[in-house]
Parts: sequence; C-alpha cells; structure tokens
Amino acid sequence: MPRIGVFVCQCGNNIASTVDTKKVAGEMSKLPGVVFTCDYKFMCSSPGQEMLKQAIKENKLDGVIVSACSPHMHEKTFRKASEAAGLNPYQCEITNIREQCSWVHHDKTRATGTVKSIDLTRMTIERLKRNKPLKKIKIPVRKKALVIGGGIAGIQAALDIAEGGRDVILVEKEPSIGGNMARLSETFPTMDCSQCILTPKMVEAELNERITLYTYSEVEKVDGYIGNFTVQIRRKSKYVDEDRCTGCGECIEKCPFKVESQFELNLTKRKVIYTPFPQSVPNVPVIDAPNCPKIQKDKCGACAIACGPKCIDFKMQDKIVTEEVGAIVVATGYQLMPNERFGEYGYGRIKDVISGMQFERLASSSGPTGGEIRRPSDGKVPQSVVFIQCVGSRDEKKGVSYCSKVCCMYTAKHTMLYSHKVHGGQAYVFYMDIRSGGKRYEEFVRKAIEHDNAMYLRGRVSRVYEKDGRVVVQGADTLSGSQVEIEADMVVLATAIVSREGADTLAQRLGIGYDKDKFYNEYHPKLRPVETVTAGIFLAGTCMGPMDIPESVAQGSAAASKVLALFSADEMAREPITSVVNRATCNACWDCLTACPYSAIERESVKDRQGNIVRWLAKVNEGVCQGCGVCVAACRSKSIDLRGYTDEQVYAAINAF
Amino acid sequence: MAFVCNWCTYAGADLAGTSRMEYRPNVRIIKLPCTGRIDPLFIIKAFENGADGVLVSGCHPGDCHYTTGNYHARRRWIGFKNLMEFVGIDMRRLHFSWVSASEAIKWVDLINNVTDEIKRLGPFMEYKGLKENRAEQRKG
Ligand SMILES: Cc1cc2nc3c(=O)[nH]c(=O)nc-3n(C[C@H](O)[C@H](O)[C@H](O)COP(=O)(O)OP(=O)(O)OC[C@H]3O[C@@H](n4cnc5c(N)ncnc54)[C@H](O)[C@@H]3O)c2cc1C
Ligand code: SF4
Ligand code: SF4
Ligand code: FES
Repeated sequence: MPRIGVFVCQCGNNIASTVDTKKVAGEMSKLPGVVFTCDYKFMCSSPGQEMLKQAIKENKLDGVIVSACSPHMHEKTFRKASEAAGLNPYQCEITNIREQCSWVHHDKTRATGTVKSIDLTRMTIERLKRNKPLKKIKIPVRKKALVIGGGIAGIQAALDIAEGGRDVILVEKEPSIGGNMARLSETFPTMDCSQCILTPKMVEAELNERITLYTYSEVEKVDGYIGNFTVQIRRKSKYVDEDRCTGCGECIEKCPFKVESQFELNLTKRKVIYTPFPQSVPNVPVIDAPNCPKIQKDKCGACAIACGPKCIDFKMQDKIVTEEVGAIVVATGYQLMPNERFGEYGYGRIKDVISGMQFERLASSSGPTGGEIRRPSDGKVPQSVVFIQCVGSRDEKKGVSYCSKVCCMYTAKHTMLYSHKVHGGQAYVFYMDIRSGGKRYEEFVRKAIEHDNAMYLRGRVSRVYEKDGRVVVQGADTLSGSQVEIEADMVVLATAIVSREGADTLAQRLGIGYDKDKFYNEYHPKLRPVETVTAGIFLAGTCMGPMDIPESVAQGSAAASKVLALFSADEMAREPITSVVNRATCNACWDCLTACPYSAIERESVKDRQGNIVRWLAKVNEGVCQGCGVCVAACRSKSIDLRGYTDEQVYAAINAF
Repeated sequence: MAFVCNWCTYAGADLAGTSRMEYRPNVRIIKLPCTGRIDPLFIIKAFENGADGVLVSGCHPGDCHYTTGNYHARRRWIGFKNLMEFVGIDMRRLHFSWVSASEAIKWVDLINNVTDEIKRLGPFMEYKGLKENRAEQRKG
C-alpha cells in the first residue's frame, strides 16, 4: 500500500478565500493510501518546505501531492524539497488549485472551488500511485561548437566561444565571411564605416587558433542530440588549394571573363575567378564553375598559368567532412525581398530604381563607384533622390505582415549620406510611420530631417515611371492631404527583410521550428530568446527576424554564453520524461518511428547466438527523445510508453474523475 | 474533461487565472506534454467515467512545442470522428481547439461555450452505468 502525503496550500488568501483547504485535506485523508494530510498558509515558504520534508521523514511517505499554485511555478521547488528528504523527486506531484481553480471561480461561499479542488487533487493522487521513481538522464558533452553562418552574428558567437576556451567550426556558404554587413557603407546611428569595424573581427576569426573556418561550405546533415551532434559538411570545390594560395590575385587579374557580381548586387561585374570583395576572409579566390569555360569545355586555363604557387586544380571535387560537436549556433541571417515583385515601383524595368542595399554599395568607398553617388543608367550624379520606405513590409497582400525594423533607420542614414556626398541634392522620403526606437535612434532621424534637410512625406507611392531620362514618382502626402508628383533622378526602395532562401530546409535538417515567414523560432520570445526547442541548438541574429547590428551582435554573444555554460560540465542532466519500448510486445511496425518528430526512434536488431537477425525492435534514443509522447499514441500494440505520462497514470487520473 | 498540452493551453489556462478571469467551474483538466500524446481511448474512457463532454486543446498549428505533435493529433482526430459516431458519442460533446499560452480570453470563452453547449445537450446518459455494470460483471 502506498504512503501518500497531501499538502494543501492556502496561499495566504489567494486559495483560501474561495477554497476550503481544511476540507480538501480532510476529504483526501479518507482516500486509501493517503496517510498524511494538512493545509498550510504558504507551502512554498521555508517553514512550508521544512514541514514537507519533516512529514516525508516522519511518516515514511513514498509520494507527496502539493495542491497549490501551477506546477509551472513551484514544481521544481517542491521536487527539490522532496529530494532533500530522501524521496525520489518524481514522486512529488502538484495539483493546480490556484491558477486553474481559486483564481477563476470567485464563489465566496467556497463551495465551487472546494469541490473542484477535491476532484483535481483526487485525480492527482490516483496518478501519483502509478508513478515510478525516475532518474535524470546523464549525457556526456562534446566540448566543440558549430556555428552556421559567418555574418556578424555568427562571427561574434564564434569569437566569444573561442575566447571562452572552446573549439569552434564556423561554416559559411559564401567564399568569404562577413555576411550582409560587409555590404554596408556607414552604419547608423554612429556612422562608423561598416568595413572598418567588421574586417578586424573577420581577421580575428581567421587567425584565432580555436576557430576552424569552412567557407564555401554548407551543412548537409545533422544527427544526434545535445552534447553529441554529428554533422556532415559539404566543402564545395573552390578549384583553388586554400593552403597554398597566397592571395596574390594574379589569377583574377588574368581571367578574361566577366559576369555579374552578386556581392555588388549586379551593379558591376566580376571575374569568373574571384573573391567577393577585396577584404574577403579568407583571401582565397574561388572559380565560379558554371561560368568557367575551362571547367565546362576545357577552353582557357589562363588563371592556372598565372598562378605562381600552382594552386589551381580544375579537377578538384567537393569534399564531405564529418565533425562531432556538442552545440550548434545557427546564424544564417537574412536576404531582401526580390524587388521585382513591386512592379508599380518600376524595379527591374527602370534602371535608376534601385534597392536600399544597392544604395549602400553606391555609397561605399569600396563599391563600384568608389563611394560616389552615381546612378546606374548613365553614371550621372543624381540631383534628387526619392526614397520609398516599407516596400513589401507591413503589406500583407503583396509582401510580409511584419515591420523590417531597420529600414526607417537606414533610409535616414541614406538621406544623410546622400546630402553629404551630393551638395545641393534633395532627398525625399515616402514613409508610413517612422519607427526609431533605440538608443540615439530618434535623434538620428531628427538630424536627417532637420539638419540634412531630407523632405519627409507621409503617404504611399502609387506609381513610378520614366520620363525624359528622369524617374517620376506619384504619391499621396496624407499630412497635407494632397497628391504629389516628384521628378527625381533616382529612386531607392527600402525592401523588406525576409528569411534566407532554403531557411526551411536547414531548419528541417536541424529539427528546429520556424514561423510562417520562415524565420526561426526561439524557445520563448521573451525569456529564452536565443534557444530553440531542440536542446543544444541556439540562434543568433537575423535568421530569427529583422534586427540591426547591435542586436545581432548581442545575440551572438548570448548564444555563445549559452554554449559555454553547456560546455562547463562534462555531463549534463536532463528531465527523464522519455519514452520506453516494451521489448516483449513491440512488433516492429515502425509507426512510432515515422511519427516521432525528432527521429529519436531507431531500429534495433535482435540476434541469435549464430549472429542471425531473429527480430527487429524499436529503440528510443534517450538523448534525442524530447518526451512529446506522439509515438505512444501512434503505437497500435501499446508497446511504447512515456515515462512520467504513462497510459497507466493517465487512465488512473481519468478513472478518478 | 479537458486534455491539454503543457506548453500552450495549460499555460493559457494559467494566464486566465493570473488575470483573475472567471469561467464555469465544470472543467477538469488533465495535463499532457503535447496533444500528440492523446490517445483516442483517453476520450472514450473519459465518457465512460461520467464526463458529459470532452475538450482537447493544444498549441496552434505550427506552434507545437515539439514542432509537429499537434499535426499528428489533428490527423488522428479526423479518423477518430468516425469512431466516435460508431461508439455512439454525439460529436457535439467533443471539442477540439487551439489555445496558445497568451490566449487566456480564448480559453475562458471556450470553457464557457463548451459548458453551455453540453448543458443544453444534457447529461451524457448512453454510458451511464457502464462502469458499475463492468464492476458487477467482474464480481459475478
Ligand atoms: C540596406 C540595409 C542597410 C542596413 N544598415 C544598417 C546600419 O546602418 N546599422 C545597423 O545596425 N544595421 C543595418 N542593417 C541591418 C544589418 O545588415 C543586419 O543587422 C546584420 O547584417 C545582420 O547580421 P547577421 O549575421 O544576422 O546576418 P547576415 O549578415 O545575413 O549573415 C548571415 C551569413 O550566413 C551565411 N549563410 C546563410 N545561409 C547559410 C547556410 N545555409 N550555411 C552556411 N552559411 C549560411 C550567409 O552567407 C551570411 O554570410 C542594414 C540592413 C539593410 C538591408
Ligand atoms: S580557367 Fe576559368 S577561372 Fe581560370 S581564368 Fe579561365 S575562365 Fe577564369
Ligand atoms: S516521446 Fe516524442 S520524441 Fe520521444 S520517441 Fe516518442 S515521439 Fe519521439
Ligand atoms: S506541445 Fe502543445 S500541441 Fe504539441
């Protein structure tokens, strides 16, 4: 016979004012197996916890129920106290009679609350009688991290993890790390030059002995679980031997073929063998194979002849490397919504309608115009420029529902850069609202308007068309209530920040969640902002949603600190709520295996003495299992059960209804 | 009787309490990790044990804490409807709803509406006495 103790909390008056706690305790004492009951003012207080411990010891209790606030509040507290008194912590259960009873039933006669509390406590008691002592699961931790994405967020995470004394692999898909920040000219709100603050960090990441850089690489497969991930990385062939290349650039010089530069957003051309930008890290060129006639048709080969150390190999193949890591930081960033979607703004049709990111390149001293603002069609310095905000953002019909968060700020920055670079030039801005929350941000926008004379017009643009070599913008100025028409030399669209193409595929590979816009989901948007629901996988930067550089950096550091905390112990303990297979009845139908969202179920073969396979069984990998119980409901032969929520426990609670 | 997942609906119901909202006292919650854990038999058992209505509630599609648990629940649900009719349970006694951790008001409305609807239908008599019968059979 079990020996159960029931402790009913009054929570001051929070519970006692609508529940007769004494009566609840009294009713419970009549149930078989209940050998101790009491009610008390504050169970969670130190004296309350002491009383619990005392009662466990004195009455040799083998299970306790605390009927009090939500288990989300104090389950941990009471389980700890029970453990301290020598009871298995999973033999302590909470009945929620505050949030889900006393607080929602305001009947002052206390009848309603008392009846419900008695029912709920009784159901918990019956469940508790079927509890089994459980032990936290211990898993070893491999103290090496993987960071996916080498933008500013990923670089920061890698540097901080390395600084903390752990090895890091930084995987970047492009030939160079740096991400979108490498494209920016100056940065709001301080106006320091992006390259000047970014490149030292890129170089630091390259030189740090604890960081292994895999550029031009992508994660193909992820297996395992927290502390023990096995990752396959495809290192795409660069056709250049990274170890021997000195970065002299002779090959680039001699390559006779040019194609559009993606880094420069098609504002200029690059060679077929190239580095994306002059400060690339590593400073090793790659051959753009689909465009190289040597690789395609064995014609040319000029680069190989020019190369001194002879490091060009046209036969080089992709390599797959396997790495074992304990934690993963995902920092794959963002891209911009293709402007082509916005036909009314003339993008793609009118050469002098460009995106905000293209404007960054025009303003950048390392960009195609050397930092002079010249329009793409004829290279003329535009005397007036119209900036259009919220192109695709906050536009559920044609674009995305959310605000891209940085466009108000960078548009203000663009107007400043423009007025500094083109004296006498006039900037116009069409906006819906100005959102400049952030330290010194509002002041920044005011400066653009008041000091740099940008003309801000509140309203939507209806049409953009070409006329006599100029771009005409028609729109509404809702503040003055009039229609406006501006003849400009160039138009800049602040296009929406969207998730990376393929973000969903990567999420599926990693087993992390994403929202309707394919931005990755944090564990808890407020309280666990850089964790994912998959233990051991963390997030940083704009792969979660639009944000600026300071936020991306802060998140990189936050993710790194999570990784370092995880690596501070050799083993980690986790909740033992996992499923178990009944090996006697499992008939290997694999229903559980297909249902499991985490691929936690494996096929296990049972062999006879000769080593012949006699049967197959499902086996749960406890490190991977997250305890959702989907498999349990999927199994038709009832051969798999979830610890802590077994069928027996649930039915006991239902039967006690 | 309500079967709810720990992450969304249970937290939503807690929030209703923290916000001191009020709703009908007829519901008894059973917390499960995820709606994906819910076995159709749980529901039948609930009716057998005298429940007049059953509510299943979890995270919104796409928001499940375990990524896809609620899709499994939903898929099972569809097949399950037929079974319900077969065993003689009026589908109006059974409700399925998504309530997130922040939707305290939705939870309150849901409980009130479901309670009222089931009150209109009256007590579920078809299974009454089932438990007692079985106990007797066992004895006899
Ligand atoms: C026009 C414009 C102007 C801006 N100006 C400013 C400014 O002045 N100040 C400011 O604070 N912010 C500004 N921002 C915002 C800023 O660009 C971002 O906050 C910042 O760059 C985000 O960095 P990140 O590391 O999160 O992402 P990213 O810079 O996008 O980096 C992600 C990296 O991951 C790599 N990657 C992607 N997928 C994979 C994969 N599957 N495998 C491996 N690698 C992958 C990418 O190649 C990239 O290198 C501006 C944004 C825009 C659009
Ligand atoms: S072989 Fe290819 S990369 Fe090399 S120079 Fe010729 S075209 Fe350029
Ligand atoms: S409980 Fe969930 S995570 Fe664990 S094995 Fe079953 S389906 Fe997979
Ligand atoms: S965790 Fe709420 S439905 Fe899966």
